[in-house]
Amino acid sequence: MHALVADGLRKTFGKTEALAGFDLHVKEGTVCGLLGPNGSGKTTAIRIMATLLRADGGSARVAGFDVARRPGEVRRRIGLTGQSTAVDEILTGRENLEMWGLLYHIGRKRARQRAGELLDQFSLADAADRRAKHYSGGMRRRLDLATSLILAPRVLFLDEPTTGLDPRNRNEVWSAIRSLVDGGTTVLLTTQYLDEADQLADRIAVLAAPPGEGGRIVAEDTPDRLKAMIGGDQIDLVVRNPSTLDTAAKVLARVTQSEVDVDSDERRLHAPAHDRIGVLTTVLRELEDQDIEVEDVGLRRPTLDEAFLRLTGRHIPDEVEETR
Amino acid sequence: MTVLDDTRLTLGSHVLWAFKDGWTITTRGLVHWIRNPAVAVGGLLYPIVMVALFGLVLGSAMTVEGGGDYAEFLMPGMFAQAMANGVMSTMAVVSSDASRGVTDRFRTMPMSQAGVVLGRSFSDIINASLELVILLGCGLAIGWSFHNGLASALAGAGLLLLLRFAMIWVGIYLGLLLKPEAAGAAWMVLFPLTMVANTFVSPAQMPSWLGAVAEWNPLSATVSACRELFGNPGIVEGSWATDNAVVLAIAWPVVAFAVFLPLCMRKYRRLSR
Repeated sequence: MHALVADGLRKTFGKTEALAGFDLHVKEGTVCGLLGPNGSGKTTAIRIMATLLRADGGSARVAGFDVARRPGEVRRRIGLTGQSTAVDEILTGRENLEMWGLLYHIGRKRARQRAGELLDQFSLADAADRRAKHYSGGMRRRLDLATSLILAPRVLFLDEPTTGLDPRNRNEVWSAIRSLVDGGTTVLLTTQYLDEADQLADRIAVLAAPPGEGGRIVAEDTPDRLKAMIGGDQIDLVVRNPSTLDTAAKVLARVTQSEVDVDSDERRLHAPAHDRIGVLTTVLRELEDQDIEVEDVGLRRPTLDEAFLRLTGRHIPDEVEETR
Repeated sequence: MTVLDDTRLTLGSHVLWAFKDGWTITTRGLVHWIRNPAVAVGGLLYPIVMVALFGLVLGSAMTVEGGGDYAEFLMPGMFAQAMANGVMSTMAVVSSDASRGVTDRFRTMPMSQAGVVLGRSFSDIINASLELVILLGCGLAIGWSFHNGLASALAGAGLLLLLRFAMIWVGIYLGLLLKPEAAGAAWMVLFPLTMVANTFVSPAQMPSWLGAVAEWNPLSATVSACRELFGNPGIVEGSWATDNAVVLAIAWPVVAFAVFLPLCMRKYRRLSR
């Protein structure tokens, strides 16, 4: 059963094409990460499916209802957290949730009860009666997220839920999202970060827009297979002594059985590391055996730009986005 | 966009929900007013400063066309100007809700979309009524009064609130049209529009072309009508606009409402384009 089906969605703003045939199927109870750089049409796709925008062509069904023909039925079954937090700063966290509860037509008593539950669930109980203007960025996002869950929606749309948050706040929001998924909600989230999609999503759909054209899905798979497709993890290694660089490169080549990139200026080596921890420990042990001192070592995911290069044969246009 | 596809709701319950949701949003507006009195006080500060400036500082140098006390002449103008300036606060809230995703959230909810604007107009009219009561009090304190009985005075207050009601719809439209920064700058356009009127001096004392503009300014109609109903000086007979001030003070806001209501609805629907 698919909670969300988009079929050939097209949208043009004036002369700028935003979406050029967007297709997506998301299974009930799963998380789909919609990954793409700025301007690839992520937000447009979400806004169409959340009944905020009308598509110029194609169709979309959310929770079993056509978004253009039955927006009211769709709205009863979705939640949306947009890029800007729709939190009323003058009201307290509790008052925010109670007001939105009333507007969701669940009644005053149930609204009060639901506000209490959600404040607990999102660890906001201690701050419940403080005005939202004193909340941190992460707390506001969590309050916003809680608001979109008042009706316990079947489908939740999250448009760049962690953009602009520091790592601690980002982790708070991530764990909030994970706990939702355990409750069976279907989630479609957009992100510019491969890392974030990898952390949260069951499947990742990569959205790309060729120059002058609208966005469409260029790849859709599980995070693992997608990462394998775009080259998987890399091992980065810096040796202390430049004279040991060549020996270290040979060791790395033997262990990873791949070609090694050597940067002699920075005494840095890097190579693909399909068997992540295995490669890391073997390399470190062998280097120690040969008395080669390692200054820094780490595993890193390919950047979004590297992924795009593999999937589309092009770098991301304009600014280069990087994984965090 | 109303939820027309909703088979479970009858027309009656649509209207009922519009009012219930409207009331929920009204209470939000009132809580803002109570917790953030600085904004409300700021709104009152302008008319009070103007009264002090024109009534006390410049008042002795001002002459009222046809004779009379300047404070008596000035206050109806101040009341009307405060109501007209209310457009700024409506515009600010609507514009900030739209830019901060609050409007988007309203639009993805199964609530009454008419309730959103209804709530806005309820809370703005309640605010305006409180503002008017305070200003009337200030007026009485500096020597202004009404002389034609309570019924006429209430009719005058009604015309002032009618003006504010029309400005709500102008404000909603402009708030949906403009970004918050531009909405703030709208003051530069609004200020001369409220000054070229019969608020501070009679149009007869202006250059003739400017006087004609001031005379037909919708604000002047409300001011003249209030002077007439409150029994305040400064009414110069002879021009059609002044002779029919009460009619115009009703007609202008009704026309503005009739024009801007459909514009607001169209703009709201076009958010989904």
